[in-house]
Order: sequence, then structure tokens, then C-alpha cells
Amino acid sequence: MKPFDYVAPTTLDEAVHALAGNPAARVLAGGTDLLAQLKGGRRETPLVVDVKRIPDLLSIRMEEGGLRLGAAVPCIRIATNPDVRAQYPALAEVASLIGGTAIQGRASIGGNLCNAAPSADAVPLLIVLSAVARVAGPAGIREIAVEDFCVAPGKNALGEGEFLVDLFLPKPAAGFKAHYLRFIPRNEMDIAVVGVGVSATVTDGQITTARLALASVAPTPLFVREVTEALVGKAPSAEAIAGAAALAEAAAKPISDMRAPAEYRRHLCGVLSRRALTAVLQ
Amino acid sequence: MKKTYVSMELNGEPVEFLAEPSQTLLECLRDTLHLTGTKEGCGDGNCGSCCVMLDGTLVTSCLVLGVEAEGRTVKTVEGMATGAKLHPLQKAFIDHAALQCGICTPGFLVAAKALLDQEPDPSEERIRLWLANNLCRCTGYDKIVRAVQAAAKEIREEKQAQ
Repeated sequence: MKPFDYVAPTTLDEAVHALAGNPAARVLAGGTDLLAQLKGGRRETPLVVDVKRIPDLLSIRMEEGGLRLGAAVPCIRIATNPDVRAQYPALAEVASLIGGTAIQGRASIGGNLCNAAPSADAVPLLIVLSAVARVAGPAGIREIAVEDFCVAPGKNALGEGEFLVDLFLPKPAAGFKAHYLRFIPRNEMDIAVVGVGVSATVTDGQITTARLALASVAPTPLFVREVTEALVGKAPSAEAIAGAAALAEAAAKPISDMRAPAEYRRHLCGVLSRRALTAVLQ
Repeated sequence: MKKTYVSMELNGEPVEFLAEPSQTLLECLRDTLHLTGTKEGCGDGNCGSCCVMLDGTLVTSCLVLGVEAEGRTVKTVEGMATGAKLHPLQKAFIDHAALQCGICTPGFLVAAKALLDQEPDPSEERIRLWLANNLCRCTGYDKIVRAVQAAAKEIREEKQAQ
């Protein structure tokens, strides 16, 4: 790696100060993206700011109204946390899908979001869980809805000197279920050809909330708002699910690459959406 | 680049060293502390041959900066044996011929120990999935899985006998 300076601030203010006026500085959480990029020469930086000494970024805590998940909490802690497993089982599941065991010891969901890959496994799920990102920077703290966080491949909505502090996930209502499904050609440790996150609440036989988001079929993780409009107010049925899956398929803007041709990806969007919706609505 | 002072616990002993911020923990272990048991394979987190325990969590040390280890606890393959007595996993790897060239072996041993320390009786599927982050180009994995199963059985029997 090309030489760089390293600081490990212990408070949010110190981190804001370290990043201020240094747009090429990079934030280090688990390092499974950043250090691989620096080692591979795909990125250079004069300064690495390690945020893992800041307590807020490493805490998982239940608050009134939801879960606050520190941006640098490694996947293994998310996957094994009793509160997460009990209240957000789909999040625990996705945290155990990203990378292999040793990668999960370092990689964070916050980093998965900030890296802004179109294929990020956690992001469609965060979108359907209505997660809100809390960001610190020179102008103070602000919040960004997760569906607005990724703006282009590898580009996020963070402004100069800003970094992700934590994610807030609203408490699931009674009857709420969420699910993430991906297609990969092998059993583990692969990049999604297509990923689908869905959530829905069914109250007294009627769908009261529904969200669907896709991975690997657009320049960013894609929130398909039409699915919400199509499902809310209906009773769960095979027809309703098929209609929503067709909307997901139509919303996808896939490209052809080494992993799959565009037509195949589009087809998978429909298949996986139908399966994922069936899992949460049955 | 100016070096940074790092102090950490390594295999139960306090150690101090100087590291450039851009040196990985793997480089610090091998080149500075001369513990060459931990191997470099791919260098980008895919192969698992550089696996160590960092504060009780399995990580690939090629994707950790040495300076990040300040105040932390690190355990490497060198910490597995007790004096001349091999850890049951090490012995099982020899008995089951679970290695040929041996480059991946330290990573497999550290990763397998991390599993057995928390799950004394994992299924074969669980072992294979847990070790999916470790690549071996010689054995075809089957002997490694058998060795881990044998070691798990031995550790359980040792515990019962106590």
C-alpha cells in the first residue's frame, strides 16, 4: 500500500475534525473494501480515519421506537445479537450472507451501505426495513433515508467531510415480516446476480405496508415504490403477488456482464420477487 | 512515513512494535515480530490463509492494519500448541493428512479452532460453511473436514473425562 497517515478518533467531534479540509481522507470501518482497494492500487489516500474507537459506531442498542445500529459494527455481531435475531431476523440473516466467516468478523452493514455497490446485499433489506442513516459532518448531524443514500455505482450521498454514524431501524409492527433473497451460482461467498428485499405488514387479512427493493439490476440498489402502491390495501393473494412481481421485473434496469445477461437478470427479478413476497405474505 | 508505536497482547504475552500506518497486521506479525506461521495467500481477504483472532473474532490479518491492533489481543497459530503438546486440531490435521503444501493450514487451524471454541459439535455442513472463507488447492477439503470432526470429538471427550 502507498503510505498514508492514520488517526483513530474517539469521539464524533474528533472524527469530524480529522476529516475536515481533507476531501481525499478515507473512513476505515472493517476495511474489507477500503484496504482491499488501497492494496490493489484502485484507490489512494493521504489519511485513514479509523472510526472504530468511537463508541457510537460500535454499539447495537434497542431504543424506544427501534434499533440503533452503529455503522462499524461487524456482521458477526449483528448476526449473533439476541435483539437483532428476535426483532429483525432478516437483518441477522443478511449479516451472515456477506462474505465468509473471517470477513464477517470485520465487514459492517454501514460499510456495505457506504461502499454503494449496486450488488450490496444489505442495502435492499435496509430499504425495506425503512432504515434511516444518521450522518455526522462539519455542519452537524443529519439524516438520510437509506433509499436515497446510494447515488451511483460506488458513490453515496455523503458530502465532504461527512461520515455515517449509525442506522436507525424502526421497530417492526405486529404482523410485519421482511425477507432478502439473492441468486448466486454457488452456495456462499458470491456477488448477487440479483437480490430482492421485501417487507410487508398484514393486519386483519389486509396488507397495510409493503416495500420491495432490488440489488444488482440498476446503477444503485433500487427501491420499487410501485410495489407499495400496488399491494397496500389488498388482501394477500397469489394474484396480488404476481402483479407486484411483474412491477419489480418492469422496474429493473439490468446490464449484461460476466455474471449474467440482462434478460436473465430481469427474469430473475420476477421469480425472486414472487418467492420473497410469498414468504412474507403467506 | 513516520512509524507508530503499537502495543498489543500476542498469544498471551504483551508485545510492542513500531509500524507504518500502511503496514498490515499480517506484515507486522511476519516481518516485524517474526511469527511466520501466519501465511499470506491472496492478500485481499479471499483465501483465509492469514486468519488470526483479533479480540476473540476471526479475521483475515491481510485486511487489518497493524496500527489497528493497539491495545487489542491477537492470537495466531503459534499460540495453539501448549509447549510441545499440539492442539487436538493440529494433531488431527497430521493424523488425517489434512494438508499437502501447508500454506493454507495455519489459517484453517485458527478458523477451525474459532468454530470449535463456540460450537463443540458442529455438523459437517456447518464446518464446511464456516471454512468456506479458507481456500485449499491441494486436499479437496474432505480430509480437512474429517480432521476437524475428529478433533471436535476428541475435545468433547477430553472435556467429559475432566
